[in-house]
Amino acid sequence: MAPRLVFIFLSAILINNFVLSRFLGICPFLGVSKKTDTAVGMSIAVTFVMILASIITWILNIALDLLGIPFLRTIVFILIIATLVQFVEIFLKKTSPGLYEALGIFLPLITTNCAILGLALLNVQQNYTLVETIVNSAGAGLGFALALILFSTIRERMELSEIPEPFKGTAIALITAGLLSMAFMGFQGLVKL
Amino acid sequence: MMAESKFKILANGILKQNPTFIQVLGMCPTLATTTSAENGLGMGLATTAVLALSNITISLVRKFIPDKIRIPSYIVIIASFVTVIDMLMHGFIYDLWKTLGLFIPLIVVNCIILGRAEAFASKNNVFSSFLDGLGMGLGFTASLVLLGSVREFLGNGSIFSYHLSDVKMFAMILPPGAFMALGMLAAFFNYLGIRRSKAKKAEK
Repeated sequence: MAPRLVFIFLSAILINNFVLSRFLGICPFLGVSKKTDTAVGMSIAVTFVMILASIITWILNIALDLLGIPFLRTIVFILIIATLVQFVEIFLKKTSPGLYEALGIFLPLITTNCAILGLALLNVQQNYTLVETIVNSAGAGLGFALALILFSTIRERMELSEIPEPFKGTAIALITAGLLSMAFMGFQGLVKL
Repeated sequence: MMAESKFKILANGILKQNPTFIQVLGMCPTLATTTSAENGLGMGLATTAVLALSNITISLVRKFIPDKIRIPSYIVIIASFVTVIDMLMHGFIYDLWKTLGLFIPLIVVNCIILGRAEAFASKNNVFSSFLDGLGMGLGFTASLVLLGSVREFLGNGSIFSYHLSDVKMFAMILPPGAFMALGMLAAFFNYLGIRRSKAKKAEK
């Protein structure tokens, strides 16, 4: 049991990295990676919402199966995630204004982050138990954070370097991400599920 | 005159405001599903269908939806169409449905669709919204097919499974290849844009 959890965790961070090998959450990956500070804030917010959302969607999925309406999964999940994000925003505003200040601008962006909905759907598809779901979500969140923070540090360095005119902006960012993704492919075969 | 402006709406999405290369929206499915030209085409057409249908519906109900809850309402409308498309693809084109997998339900969170709903369909009549959705969708499809063809050609030596060469760089089909190919294509389009604006300046 325990080794399986470790495998799930490592696999979610390194092998099936959400950004670099599953292509989920590319929008924030390209959008908020210009500065390391914002990248850290976004990573924490995403990881937090990921864990919360996948616990709730896991429970809801049982209810959907019991009612015999599993085809409504997409609609229900996206509504739950949107509501959850709003709820977290209000909750943080009241209880810890400091954290709210830090995460505030990132929270609304998370609703349309496909990594959250993708993770919720993946957990259901893989038939994970609740513990496995939580471990997988934590791994996915950390994997996202790792990729985003690494990428933002590279981009900060690139500000200072001379880039050919046509490559400026998205083009060089994508090619850098490609190199990073190639590096992460080295982890393939580390553990097999 | 009238027909011309309608045509402009349609062409706007395909070229001038191409979702992938100009607006840089919907990158996740763009990168993930373009392992071959065929997969890119399938994903593009599925997105186009959802985009056109949701634009029509949102344009129809735009006067009844209170401003404050418009975003959740749009999301429910979009999610319903995605569910329909998902079930249709499962029933009729099972192989493609299986390859695209997770990315069919994820059409819901494709920012192009919500973006067009908010920017166009909520302000314009039904027919224009339909054309806008169709144009944006076809622009997206064209980009996906282009990227899919480049990757399939370099990685597998074929386009639409039609054998062309024996040089196979397998990495182009793997995740790093997606980033590299899209980056190179974006740089190429930037180059064309820069050259054109320079030529215009020289004329003046």
